[in-house]
Amino acid sequence: MEYEVTIGLEVHCEVKTHTKMFSPSLNAYEEMANSNVTEIDLAFPGVLPTVNYEAVKKAVKMSLALNCKVPEKMYFDRKNYYYADLPKGYQITQTHDPVGTNGYINVYVGEEVKKVLIHDIHLEEDTASLDHYDNYSLIDYNRAGIPLLETVTEPCLHSAEEALAFLDALRKIFIYCDISEARTDRGQMRCDVNISLAPKGSQVLGTKVEMKNINSFANVKAAIEYEIERQKEALNKGERIIQETRRYDDVDCKTYRMREKVESIDYKYFIEPNIPPYKLEKEFIEEIRKTIPPLQFERISKYINEYGISHYDASVIVKDKSVAEYFEKCLELGINPKTSANWVTSIILAHLNKTETSIEDLYLTPKMLKQIINLIEEGKISSKQAKEVFYKVVEDKKGPLKIIEELGIKQTSDDSAIRTIVQSILDNNQNLIEEYKGGRSNVLDFFVGQVMKQTRGQANPMMTSSIIKEEIGKR
Amino acid sequence: MSYIKGTIEEIRKAMDEKKVTSEELVNESLKLAHTYEKEYNAFVTICDDAKEENNVKDNPLKGIPCAIKDNISTKGVLTTASSNILKNYIPFYDATVVTKLKEAGAISIGKTTLDELAMGGTGTAAHTGIVKNPWDKNRLIGGSSAGSAAAVSLGIVPFALGSDTGDSIRKPAAYGGIVGYKPTYGLISRYGLFPFACSLDHIGCFTRSVKDVAYVLDCLKGKDEKDMTSLDTKTNFINELTNDVKGKKVFYIKEMLDRNNYKDDYDEELEEILNNFDEAMKKCKELGMEVEEVSFDIKLLEAIFPTYFTISCAEATSNNSNLTGIIFGPRGEGKTVEEIMFDARTKGFSELIKRRFVLGSYILQKENQEKLFLNAGRIRRLIVNKMNELFKKYDAMILPAQGAVAPTFRSEDIDKLSNRYLLLENHMAIGNFGGFPSITIPCGFVNKMPIGLSITGAVKKDIDVLNIAYAIEEKYPYKGQIAKEVK
Repeated sequence: MEYEVTIGLEVHCEVKTHTKMFSPSLNAYEEMANSNVTEIDLAFPGVLPTVNYEAVKKAVKMSLALNCKVPEKMYFDRKNYYYADLPKGYQITQTHDPVGTNGYINVYVGEEVKKVLIHDIHLEEDTASLDHYDNYSLIDYNRAGIPLLETVTEPCLHSAEEALAFLDALRKIFIYCDISEARTDRGQMRCDVNISLAPKGSQVLGTKVEMKNINSFANVKAAIEYEIERQKEALNKGERIIQETRRYDDVDCKTYRMREKVESIDYKYFIEPNIPPYKLEKEFIEEIRKTIPPLQFERISKYINEYGISHYDASVIVKDKSVAEYFEKCLELGINPKTSANWVTSIILAHLNKTETSIEDLYLTPKMLKQIINLIEEGKISSKQAKEVFYKVVEDKKGPLKIIEELGIKQTSDDSAIRTIVQSILDNNQNLIEEYKGGRSNVLDFFVGQVMKQTRGQANPMMTSSIIKEEIGKR
Repeated sequence: MSYIKGTIEEIRKAMDEKKVTSEELVNESLKLAHTYEKEYNAFVTICDDAKEENNVKDNPLKGIPCAIKDNISTKGVLTTASSNILKNYIPFYDATVVTKLKEAGAISIGKTTLDELAMGGTGTAAHTGIVKNPWDKNRLIGGSSAGSAAAVSLGIVPFALGSDTGDSIRKPAAYGGIVGYKPTYGLISRYGLFPFACSLDHIGCFTRSVKDVAYVLDCLKGKDEKDMTSLDTKTNFINELTNDVKGKKVFYIKEMLDRNNYKDDYDEELEEILNNFDEAMKKCKELGMEVEEVSFDIKLLEAIFPTYFTISCAEATSNNSNLTGIIFGPRGEGKTVEEIMFDARTKGFSELIKRRFVLGSYILQKENQEKLFLNAGRIRRLIVNKMNELFKKYDAMILPAQGAVAPTFRSEDIDKLSNRYLLLENHMAIGNFGGFPSITIPCGFVNKMPIGLSITGAVKKDIDVLNIAYAIEEKYPYKGQIAKEVK
């Protein structure tokens, strides 16, 4: 039987701020355990929360980037439950009127465009982190109170590939907008996956299974793929899927039942009384909107449609916002888009990867690149020489013109100089001229090569080639 | 001559005239605290090493002894909220009010007893035992700020801090024959006040004169970056205090004073209380104030107590969820974290507290929230809207602070469904619903026990409330009074 897979994601991402969401402790949970805590993070009796303005601004920014509706007022709610990692016995979050609702983003799944619907995005605080040992556990409260943004999609994704494309796009938005570093390797981005299978064409969704706290995109993919197969097999056998929470084990790549969801937990939400709701003024929102840079999707679309760049190259360029900005700067300077794309995707990115540096550290500015490309176009240096110049520029941290001068690698376009060399070579190779005339066209390459050898590569190859033809013609 | 039993104003004068030093006052205050402790149980902790902070600038409270309710965080000083779950808890930070008192040079000589976690109105629910009324040891002083009320009424200190969620300052003040005041919500920072129901909680004070309230308020008022609900004020209460209240318009609620509403439990005591109130209104008129009777939907009035109870239990159950013995407090026993927390909470709270938590939890449950919690919020809104409407026309609402004098410990259970209870004993929660400034001042005696007058005004109009109280106070001989029994 054919099945339709439906997936919804809940993505937690830590917000980059100076201090925590509701306390003046530093947002730096990787430091020595329990070093960034105050009485507020530990919920000592009598403490009160104060909202981190920077986190609110970033939350609004993300909400706008996800095309969400921003509420008129910012509210916080309490989610009440007891757990060792939750000092207050409640988490301050947003339920009844979160910072963003009813949004969407377009993402590329391969070369296809997919519109992913966002149910909501809300701002909340992280819990402490727990380390479990055989007969005890340790609690690190550095993470308690770190601002978190939780993005919840509608159940609108239908494959692991789509889920991953969305996660990647979301991650890029966090990074592009400077909201989070969104590093999965540091647990800054964590994902809950809801997945169900229904017979193809069915109007009703199948029973939902939730997989909690998956910490890498690769694991999200593996978990979804495993879960699809598991549910398929079960359904084919005529078994019923149970609504439950499962845990993905990244050692054996399987999912395991954690708890059956007989009834969902009652978190007894209510409005946080210690934080007065405050108005998000239109001007405030518009100011924030202005700070959102062009995002990955719109850049890719523009590169493909306006600049005629391949989808592949466009995706490579936008992976890093600074690279995209570098590329766009090149275009602003009048470099041909395809030439820019070639330089960026091949030479520059290869160099950055090899040296493990970022484009911000690259000595070669778009202006310098423009100088090099101009020289090629003017026939003053060859493409090969251009590459040599590039590596020298980034190595010696000197401008391309200076490098060219130092290396003495100027392309000779002096007709008479080349012609003299050509003539002497032809004089010494009478037999080859005959062969050429007899139809061995590759002899021409030999002659060009000889000229290059004698000029140490400085002769303009195009010019050389046409002079050779001319001179042979005369004989 | 002893100065400690004077008002802040009198003590200040004596100190400025070098008749008494701060050290002498503190010693005297500590001595009194110890003398009365066994009998009245006003303190959880008496700070024998109390002394003034260094480098304090001159100000009215400099060098003056005071007491602080034991649900206000004091760095390095045991703060128990009169609960077993916090019986050994020593905070490592000061509440904002404590910082301000220290900066002003006021000297806390002790932490006062309360009903456990400020939940209760009797002063009988502390982990260290009951607090007695200085006017009659067989009677309760009321709560939850029982110890603070007793300490001021006994003359141990000229002022004490309390907290007020329903009437937890104002009722014990009335029972103790002293002044009790809670400001506009936010005028005094709550940072460091152990929360009972944070949308209703206020920090306020007990004094023996209205002017003394102004001294204390000037010290404690203002915006606090640590409390987002706090407010700034430009008012200098001492400077703006005046007894000229001519032309001020006040009202009382007709249904509260209508004797026909109390047919079922009318007695001489109630008659005297209501008569006393009529006398008070005459005095208001003598002061040049306009007094009007205003009708208020009795259904809303009867709903005050259930509304208060519903909201406060719900918030309390959430607010106290940090008391698990994991980070602080006695560690419970058990094999899992859940068992450990369960055990700590089972042992740490009294039955009364658990009952409130169970109720609060029930009220917040998904299936009940709409009917109970949210409806209570709506009733609260209706009452507040009505009050705000009235405050457009009137400067203050004046009512009797109570429907009976302080009960004896042997009193039979009060009928909590009677009008006398629902109306007269609980209306002061209106002040908490809307965050209105509200004060009680002594206005007479019934059955040899003090009774009080409640004056409530519009939000941020604390100065109006204080001025009206200040003027009325002068019409009575009770300013600065100390419980007769101990005189």
